[in-house]
Amino acid sequence: MIDYPSKLNNTIKAVKPSGIRKFFDIANELDDVISLSVGEPDFHTPWHVREEGIYTLEKGRTRYTPNRGFIKLREEISNFMSRKYNLAYSPDSEILVTVGGSEAIDLCIRTLINPGDEVLIPEPSFVCYVPITQMAGGVPVTITTKAENKFRLTPEEVEEKITDKTKLLILPFPNNPTGAVMRKEDLEAIAKVCIKHDILVLSDEIYSELTYGKEKHVSMASIDGMWERTIVINGFSKTYAMTGWRLGYAVGPSEIITPMTKLHQFGIMSAPTMSQYAAIEALANGDEDIETMKESYDMRRRLIVDGLNKIGLTCFEPEGAFYVFPSIKSTGLTSQEFCEKLIYSKRVAVVPGDAFGECGEGFVRISYCYSTQHITEALERMGEFVKELKNGN
Amino acid sequence: MENKERILKLLEEDATLTTSQIAVMLDAEEEEVKSAIKQYEKEGVINGYRALINWDKTPVAKASALIELRVTPQRNTGFDEIAARVMGFPEVESVYLMSGGYDLAVMVSAKTMQEVALFVAKRLAPIEGILSTATHFVLSRYKDGGVVYDTEYEEIDERGSNLID
Repeated sequence: MIDYPSKLNNTIKAVKPSGIRKFFDIANELDDVISLSVGEPDFHTPWHVREEGIYTLEKGRTRYTPNRGFIKLREEISNFMSRKYNLAYSPDSEILVTVGGSEAIDLCIRTLINPGDEVLIPEPSFVCYVPITQMAGGVPVTITTKAENKFRLTPEEVEEKITDKTKLLILPFPNNPTGAVMRKEDLEAIAKVCIKHDILVLSDEIYSELTYGKEKHVSMASIDGMWERTIVINGFSKTYAMTGWRLGYAVGPSEIITPMTKLHQFGIMSAPTMSQYAAIEALANGDEDIETMKESYDMRRRLIVDGLNKIGLTCFEPEGAFYVFPSIKSTGLTSQEFCEKLIYSKRVAVVPGDAFGECGEGFVRISYCYSTQHITEALERMGEFVKELKNGN
Repeated sequence: MENKERILKLLEEDATLTTSQIAVMLDAEEEEVKSAIKQYEKEGVINGYRALINWDKTPVAKASALIELRVTPQRNTGFDEIAARVMGFPEVESVYLMSGGYDLAVMVSAKTMQEVALFVAKRLAPIEGILSTATHFVLSRYKDGGVVYDTEYEEIDERGSNLID
């Protein structure tokens, strides 16, 4: 008999599995569950983009691409960054096409972090930063963002956690799960701290095209003095509803992108060829798709925020991504209890906030990537649920 | 697009939305939405609200055909007069004036193909000014009014398999 546990890497053994698993298992067992739990668009990839993928297969374009990705794709990414966020990146040396934004995050952290280096990670946030940092031998140092600050990161919160071991700040905005967005002045304040302490920034801007209201997304790399110390992560999953194509990218100074490419070259070789061709089409002719989808999310966002507030689950108005993060503290339940009771009694699935860091306790993540009928029905059921809780049923 | 036109877009997709839902979605006052809809109805921009029904899935028999009509345009009224006569029949679901090889495209529905054929022969063909008819029966409805009817081609929602998104 092989003693498998003893054969495993100690760090991976210590990494906690995703807290959402238990919950998904329950949802799968029950019938008639209305889910507001997923983190991907309900739109299908625009047809012209899918056609490009089909055409690619018909033409037999089924081989490796250059390690960094097709030059044509990198040129389109360069154009996109420039027309959207006023950022200049050379297609030759400052752009790397990856298997989703996730691979880019992994590469970036592993390329920068030595054992013992500290990585600042705001929470609540997407769940991958802590385990990837641990696998790289780094020390995750979490920072709690607060509802009263609209879940934005403040310079004081950053400064407080800085030590002489701090090397990297993760900046996950627009934020999953809170929907928080950093304004230009917020970024400028954080930038000052980073420059003062010589800290690099991994800016995960995967939701950059999904911001609502008049102000558009501002990239950390566009702030004075930050281009040279920021790696921007972005991708196609959320922007163009292309989650399954697994395609993202990292842009930044070639001194960091080149060693990241080295790692990518050995671990991955190159991102999927078909996806790269489709992505070229998306970037070249997809601006209107983005606007259409964004407008639709925005309407549903208003519908769900209004509905939750009417139910009595106070809800900070999210300005980006496609999630709301209401407080459920008024019910007296923990996030886990709330979600379990809700799914058992009303068959509505939402995600407990503590899945996105301990500080998410007292909140739940609700996704509005669903049809208006679906959202309306779920809100009705949640309304009954909250009323029954208050009446002590 | 102006907010007012967004109301049309929303209703075109889902006519069951209430005015209060629309108001929330567009960040507008409900009264504004109500009066805009009233005005649209008055102006004939909104011409009714109905359900999209796939009769093939019911026991009710229904046959449809596209009829091409070649028509002699009339002095002064052009095609309008004949179009008006054609569209008066309740069997006629839609009438379009076309460019190209024929003049009027007419969608006709009845209980059976035979009924459709008889309707064309007895009612449409004899109308003065109609030169010829060609009847094309609908065999299968893949997509209609922007809605996919053939479930084999329906795009399914298979999200929810990922544990950390």
